[in-house]
Order: sequence, then C-alpha cells, then structure tokens
Amino acid sequence: MTVEVVVTGLGATTPLGGDVASTWDAMLAGRSGVSALTQEWAAQLPVRIAAQLAVEPTIDRVQARRMDRSEQVALVAAREAWADSGLADANLDPERLGVVVGTGIGGATTLLAQDDILEASGPRRVSPHTVPMLMPNGPAAWIGLEFKARAGVHSPTSACATGSESIAWALDMIRSGRADVVIAGGTESVIHPLPIAGFASMRAMSTRNDEPEKASRPFDRGRDGFVLGEGSGIVVLERADLARARGAKVYARLAGAGMTSDGFDIVQPEPSHAGAARAVAKALKDAGVDGAEIVHVNAHATSTPVGDIPEITMLRTVIGDHPVVTSTKSMTGHLLGAAGAVESIATVLAIHHGVVPPTINLDDPDDGVDLDVAAHKARHMEIPAALNNSFGFGGHNAALIFTRA
Amino acid sequence: MTRDEIVAGLAEILEEVAGVNPDDVTEEKSFTEDLDVDSLSMVEVVVAAEEKFGVKIPDDEVQNLKTVGDAVSYISKAQA
Repeated sequence: MTVEVVVTGLGATTPLGGDVASTWDAMLAGRSGVSALTQEWAAQLPVRIAAQLAVEPTIDRVQARRMDRSEQVALVAAREAWADSGLADANLDPERLGVVVGTGIGGATTLLAQDDILEASGPRRVSPHTVPMLMPNGPAAWIGLEFKARAGVHSPTSACATGSESIAWALDMIRSGRADVVIAGGTESVIHPLPIAGFASMRAMSTRNDEPEKASRPFDRGRDGFVLGEGSGIVVLERADLARARGAKVYARLAGAGMTSDGFDIVQPEPSHAGAARAVAKALKDAGVDGAEIVHVNAHATSTPVGDIPEITMLRTVIGDHPVVTSTKSMTGHLLGAAGAVESIATVLAIHHGVVPPTINLDDPDDGVDLDVAAHKARHMEIPAALNNSFGFGGHNAALIFTRA
Repeated sequence: MTRDEIVAGLAEILEEVAGVNPDDVTEEKSFTEDLDVDSLSMVEVVVAAEEKFGVKIPDDEVQNLKTVGDAVSYISKAQA
C-alpha cells in the first residue's frame, strides 16, 4: 500500500508577486512579469529583458550578507510555505522533517561578484562566506537550518527540471518512510550579464527587447525564445494520515511522479519527446491515474521555437486530446531551477480553486498546437487531476500528477 | 588613536558584519562568547579592521585576540 502524500503548505516569490496569493492573482489576471533590464550592464547584451522579482527578498540585513540571492528567495518562499502549513505549532519531531530544494545554476552571481573582488583587491578580500553562498546545496541547507530539519537535506540538480525533480524526490522520501514532512521546491536567481550572455549565445532566449511583456509567448507562431526569470517556489509535503490527524488544510494530493532521462544530447531534447512521454506514462502509473482523468496540464513550454510543439504532440499521444493546457511561463518567464516548483504551485491551486491560469500572448497558435490551450483568459472548470511537466538541459524529464484531495 | 577610538571603530565593524549592538562592545567582551561572532565573521572583522586601522593582523595572531581589549592592544601597538 503506497503512502498517501498531500500538499499542506505553499510559498513563492516570483516576478508576479512576493507571495503565493499575489502571484496567483496576477496569473489569473494574465499579467506579464517581464520587463526591460535598465541596468547599465544590460546595454551591451543582445537580450535586454527579464522577469525580475516583483518584491525584493525580506531577509535580516546581517543574514542577507551571508546569503546568495538564490538562497534568500528560497528562504522567503520556505517561510511562507511553513507558516501556511501550520506545522510550526504541530510539535513535529525534527528527525521526521526533510528538505529537498534544488537550483539549476546555484550562486553564480556570488561567484562572479567575488571574482571581481579577487581581481580588484586580491585574495584576502574575498569573503569567507563565498563558498556557502555559491554552493548549490546552500538554499536547501539554509532552509534546513531555519526549520531544524534532521531527516536529510538534499539538493537535486537537473537544470530546468530541478523544481519538479525536487518535489518527486521529496515524495519518495515520505513514501519510503525517511520523513513525514518534506519542504520541497526550487530556487533561481541569476539575472546577471554572464548567464544571460551564455543563454543568448545558445540562441535560446527571446530578443523581443522592445516588447518585454510580449516576449514570452509559448505555442505562438511568433515565439523566439525563453525569457529568463528569477524566484522560488516551495511546497510542504506531508503524510496524508498525519495531516488529517492534525486537521491541516490540504490543497491537493501529490499522487505520483515520473522521472526519466533521454540519453540523447546535452541540451537538445530527444526530437520525438520519447523520454518525456516515458516520464508522463510513469507518473500516470505511479499515481494509479488514467490519462483520460488528466483534464489539465501545466506544460513545460518555454517559448522556444524547438520545444513547445513536440510537448503538445507528446501529450496528445500519452494523455489524449482532451486536457486543457497552459504555460504559466508566458507570465513568469522561465525560472529555470524554480520553474517546476512554481508551476507545481500553479497546478495545485488550479485544482484547489477549479481554474486554469491562462497562456498569455498566444495570438496565433503555431502549426501542431492541436490541443485546447487556455489562451489569454483563465478557464474555470472542475479539475480532479492535473499534470505538471518539466524538462531540463541534460535530458532530464520530470512529470508530477496532483489530484483533488 | 586612543583606545576608545579603536573600540568605537571595532564596534562599527562588528555592527556591519555581525549585527552586534555597538553599546555592547566594550574592552572586556569576548568576541565569540559575549558578542556571538562566529569564525567566518571573525575573518571579516579582521580584514575590515586591517583596512580601517591601516595595520596587518596575521592569521596566527588572530587566535590570541580573544577579547575586544586584546584587539585594541594589538592594533594600538601595530599603529605605533
């Protein structure tokens, strides 16, 4: 008998809002979080737009100087999720509390800033906090420290699939009995000229610099790449029997997960999306849910010319022609390691409130978009079960299935 | 510089680096036990003090600087 796992807490800080409520309201209103980069360094770049945080992270000044921005946003989101779960007053044994929070890139901005100091002032001026600030397990470690998690603190790293993979590993941690509660999700904050130049050199990013709000346009014929975003999404996962026993508010059930790898190319997805299809099929089997029951999909769709259509084709094959699909990246931009986590929150809230957030900027659906995409406007509907997809550079595929609790 | 001036300068550094209340910084206080300065922050304090007071504080000297007073004496001697 598989252990049932539910979502009892949500936290986020995104380009749309400083918390879950404001992010969700902005999604339903179809607002874009993308704006022009007005920093001086942006002028030389081919890409001068990004989805920057709506609200600067609120961390105590002294603590903040020891934390990379990706760690700060993760802690802000984790604090919200933890408060939302009500577990602070539940006398949870710390040895039953775990953390699984990853990042795609880690503390790159710290690394680059400290390198500037090294070049300008020499090694003695390099901050002793450099290593804990740039290590990719730093965000998870800070969260573990804050909530005294002692069942294990882990940091999966799988580029843009990180947020979803973290949630999948957290599910495994509870099912296998290693923890009763896990704080899980992803974080990213690398809006800096070097990562932007790197992605731009791959020709992966939108250069619609004159129309920032229209730049992220998944499934649209005019899409020309993703828009880099920053932020964090964190969920609290809990063993269902314990959540019910303490009378917790339950948003949804995390019914199953599927993770596969392409074994094909370091960055290109396998063209037939066979690896992604296997992830979705595994998640369905794991959840004990039939494809026909999945009425909503929060797609990975990043707004790149190569990525969006094969995902639609794959969904048609594995799920069927009935789901209402959306890509919230049209509003948040692409949060890389946080994407799967923020999109899991959107999926959970879609189930909880019975509404699919829109895909904005979908003015002219490209050839092959032959599923019902919630273009422009939120769609109110009953959602008993939904799927969230995330795929990452390196050939990582993660699929999560949430159901109404 | 007088000892009081050095204490005031150290208090400024300690507030910036470790959030220590400047009123708590007096000569008899231990950095680690009384002021809660951890080892990484102590490294920052030392580097900032070198800059502020124009002195060199070698790493093997730092372990002898247990109290604010120890640091004041060292800096005062090094400045002379």
